[in-house]
Amino acid sequence: MDYSQFGAMLPELIILGVFFVVLLWDVFGGESARKALTPLTTILFGLATVAIWILPSSNIAAFGGMYVDDMACKTMKAILNVGVFIVLLQSAKWVESDQVAIRKGEFYELMLVTLFGMYLMISARHFLLFVIGLESASLPLAAMVAFNKRHYESHEAAFKYIITAVFSSAVLLMGLSFVYAFSGGSLYFNDIAAAVIGEESGLLVCALAFVIAGIGFKLSLVPFHLWTADVYQGAPTAVTSYLSVISKGSAAFAFFVIFVQAFGTLYSALWEWMMYAVIIATITVGNLFAIRQKNMKRFMAFSSISQAGYIMLGVMTESALGLGSMMYYIFVYIVSNLAVFSVISAIENKTGKLSMDDYDGLHKTNPWLSFAMTLAMFSLAGIPPFAGFFSKFLIFTSVTASNSMALYMLVLIALINTIISLYYYLLVVKAIWINPGEAKVESFKSDGSQRVALWICVAGIILFGLVSSIYQYCIDSATNLIML
Amino acid sequence: MGLTLPILILAIPFTMFLILGLGGVKMSHKLAGILGILGNGTLAVIAYIVAFTYFFSGDPEFIVDGVRQQVQLFDVTWLAFTDRMVVNIGFLLDPICAMMLVVITTISFMVHLYSWGYMEGEKGFQRYYAFLALFTFSMLGLVVATNIFQMYIFWELVGVSSYLLIGFFYKLPSAVSASKKAFIVTRFADLFMLIGILLLSYYVSSTPADGVLGGASAFNFLMLNAQPIAVLQSTVGATFMGASVLTWAMVLIFVGGMGKSAMMPLHIWLPDAMEGPTPVSALIHAATMVVAGVYLVARFFPMFCIVPDSLTFICVVGAITAFYAAVVACAQIDIKRILAFSTISQIAFMMVALGCAYNEPVEGVHYSGLGYMAGMFHLFTHAMFKALLFLGAGCLIHAVHSNNYTEMGGLRKYMPICHWTFLIGCLAIAGIWPLSGFFSKDEMLAAMFSRHWFWGAWMTMVAGLTAFYMFRMYFLVFWWEENPKYKHEGHKPHDAPWQMSLPLIILAAVSCVAGFIPFGELVTFNGEPYHIHIEGSVAATSLTVAVLAIALATIMYAKKNPWPERVKNFWPSLWRAANRRFYWDEIYMFITHKFIFNIICKSIAWFDRHIIDGTMDGLAAVTQWTSVKIKGMQSGSAQSYVIWYFFGAVVLAAITWICIL
Repeated sequence: MDYSQFGAMLPELIILGVFFVVLLWDVFGGESARKALTPLTTILFGLATVAIWILPSSNIAAFGGMYVDDMACKTMKAILNVGVFIVLLQSAKWVESDQVAIRKGEFYELMLVTLFGMYLMISARHFLLFVIGLESASLPLAAMVAFNKRHYESHEAAFKYIITAVFSSAVLLMGLSFVYAFSGGSLYFNDIAAAVIGEESGLLVCALAFVIAGIGFKLSLVPFHLWTADVYQGAPTAVTSYLSVISKGSAAFAFFVIFVQAFGTLYSALWEWMMYAVIIATITVGNLFAIRQKNMKRFMAFSSISQAGYIMLGVMTESALGLGSMMYYIFVYIVSNLAVFSVISAIENKTGKLSMDDYDGLHKTNPWLSFAMTLAMFSLAGIPPFAGFFSKFLIFTSVTASNSMALYMLVLIALINTIISLYYYLLVVKAIWINPGEAKVESFKSDGSQRVALWICVAGIILFGLVSSIYQYCIDSATNLIML
Repeated sequence: MGLTLPILILAIPFTMFLILGLGGVKMSHKLAGILGILGNGTLAVIAYIVAFTYFFSGDPEFIVDGVRQQVQLFDVTWLAFTDRMVVNIGFLLDPICAMMLVVITTISFMVHLYSWGYMEGEKGFQRYYAFLALFTFSMLGLVVATNIFQMYIFWELVGVSSYLLIGFFYKLPSAVSASKKAFIVTRFADLFMLIGILLLSYYVSSTPADGVLGGASAFNFLMLNAQPIAVLQSTVGATFMGASVLTWAMVLIFVGGMGKSAMMPLHIWLPDAMEGPTPVSALIHAATMVVAGVYLVARFFPMFCIVPDSLTFICVVGAITAFYAAVVACAQIDIKRILAFSTISQIAFMMVALGCAYNEPVEGVHYSGLGYMAGMFHLFTHAMFKALLFLGAGCLIHAVHSNNYTEMGGLRKYMPICHWTFLIGCLAIAGIWPLSGFFSKDEMLAAMFSRHWFWGAWMTMVAGLTAFYMFRMYFLVFWWEENPKYKHEGHKPHDAPWQMSLPLIILAAVSCVAGFIPFGELVTFNGEPYHIHIEGSVAATSLTVAVLAIALATIMYAKKNPWPERVKNFWPSLWRAANRRFYWDEIYMFITHKFIFNIICKSIAWFDRHIIDGTMDGLAAVTQWTSVKIKGMQSGSAQSYVIWYFFGAVVLAAITWICIL
């Protein structure tokens, strides 16, 4: 075997490098050195992020085509890295809290391992590698969900997560075994794409539905989403924000690659209709549940379900334009959603309050947090001129570019849902600025790293829409997706 | 020229806006003022460097064989919707653009300096400087726009900053309603402009990509110079109510300019806009923003030339407005209102000059591009002396605490600096040799006479009226009879502090010498130098008219006498009508309240309340109902989640299978 092939996996190697430094530092560093773990991880990871951004695009396939690194994959990884970096910043305060501080190394290590798994999901062009990536991205997350080990909810959430994750893996593997059967004994994406199947059999339909279900679990598509609310609510807020953006973003990209490349043109007539139904259900059900939530984390869980539906619109285009719009959407979604979670975790850390009612009159005591929260809500709801408007606009236009009546209808339904989502996003804004009564959260100064995280998010919310070259960059990298 | 300077020109005012807007609250007034002035001073220096490099460096980038070039210093794609629907953001440099850079930054700097004294101690001082920076940014963005879409964005931003500054004293109801009025009227005009832009871009982007337009982007008006537009007109061929679509498009775009430049009948906002702080009036409502309409016409001049009907339209609108505003200015009491109407009248002057220009040489007349050059020349000189007059008026108001000349009189003894600079301003606007107004006005009148004697005669009359009402105001303020209050009060009016006097002196000096700038060498419609020479007969006529008008004003107003009263009572209803601006505001009120509010708005309100709100309420009710009904799905038990999960997958497969069978 040619070991130089590992050189192709440069982004993965960088993340592994960070992982090992953190692990060794944590294990052998001793008590005093461990204090420096948080800044060390953050800085190292920041450097890794910059490195991946500026890495020249390689367009390499390794291990017989199982692994591919190209411009699109690299950009997606870099986008995820930005999100993880923000999560690290916003969790810096929480990991230093009494119960967690002693285990903070584990937290970072688990997070880096899952990120590594997601990288593999993105770059995989063979189902075996994909499943390895998926599992290493899923299982450690259960441990992260259970991280608040003195909290009952945290355990419950982890339990529900692991049960559903295992079950979804089973369903996915079942589907993949069917795929293995009809592709004539290969799990390479391009072999599957080339395998000609005589007629549309029940086996094929089941295979497609099961694969959708398997990956739909990570994306919390309806009806595979039921774990989401309980897990988001029970998990530590840092983990919730990680779950809601990073885990989703990588799964969405992998979904695109699998369905457009492996199950591409041959079966698209089949899975397109399945996705059609799933997307409508996802956006609508997410919205309908979000309306009724009072707990902010639960609220954001349903919001993220419905956002996943919008992200999946990119898959329906089956074009590079769609992939680019989807990546851009994910990027914008990362900054908007993380801005919300930064505010939630800042308030939770100081006061322990999580209910939307507690946000009444927040602007009187914490104007900057209120400002950031408002911008983030506007962006999530898609109000111009914030980035969320542009991302929705571009993903809608990329879907309508294919000129099919069914897709026009899909966009129309998505648009109506945008109106509904406006209602509940603005509920938060209303609570902050309009609802009468004394402020329930006292004035406080948020932690430095959290403020940096918020500034990054707010800058992103304002600039990502106006600076169109970011969108153009996503499209350009998407057109470089290697279709082996 | 590199990219640094052009980017700085846009970046400095915007950064100042952010710094003063976001951090201003925590700054002291002094710091905010110094920051604003320094920022703007730097900006002015950079703009001068750019303009001087453009005009005088002789760099082949800017001038080829004596012809000044139109240069895009940068032009980046901002939004690309389709191959043809591309919105760019860029920086254009050509003669009028370079001239505007100088005008805007000079006046802006003067106003920044002046405001330091004028606005001292006002609440919201930092906010004021932040808005000034925002305005400077938007105005600069407007003039350097490389395409009509960018221009439109900044056009609206200029409107917003004007709105914010007029309503600066937001506790005064009159200021609030004036700002609303200005915004609504100009926005209403911009609606027409938008329609015009969309019409144009539609026809441009629907031409074949391999044609003359060569796949031009829909908004790039640099591509739309004379020749392709002519082709476009022949290929479009669509007409509407007897005029071609292009004529309509150009007239609609001009309506946007009418709104910003306060042409009749959209002029009603400008006199009210005087509620804003006086330096703001000098900057926005005299020197820069209100000439945006003139700039628009100049920028699109090659296109207007293709459809001569639109030029005639501009001429007619300008001529009527100029006369109307001059008459109204003769019967106002508030000195800022007089200046406001004077501004309207002078801008209309420039419009007529542009409307009288030809694109191509006409046989026997060598004045083909004279109107264009003269209009731009007057834009430049007018900006200087009108800003001077407004800033002078600000000093008067500052000293007397009233806007009305009835509270003034005999001020020349108390405020010598203000008096002399104001006199220079009045002489300049009246067109007395050798002040700047004489030269630009003479060129304009020559251009009008060469088009048709009627335009020339009509506008000469307006010029006479201008001299009359300016000197009427000058004498009533500085001569007439000394206000008895000054004798008794301990607090006598006096000249303003140096921050306010210095800009007056600088602008007065500029107004004295600006006429000798060889403007024809610098700014012409096609970039070729154009030799100016004074047309003897035109100059003699206009000078005579001006001197006569000043003489008449001197007789009537230099000393207190009963003549003004007698003239007024000779035909009292005319005086009252002119004083009330010929009832335009009342007409507008009548139309809006009786017709628009009652007929249109009520039906729209009904539609909004019952149909739109009804749909939304229905959507909300259905959503809520469904939301309650399905909440059981989220039971909290992991077993049921897994079951849902599995059945979801199976049902998905089953339904699809059934469908394909």
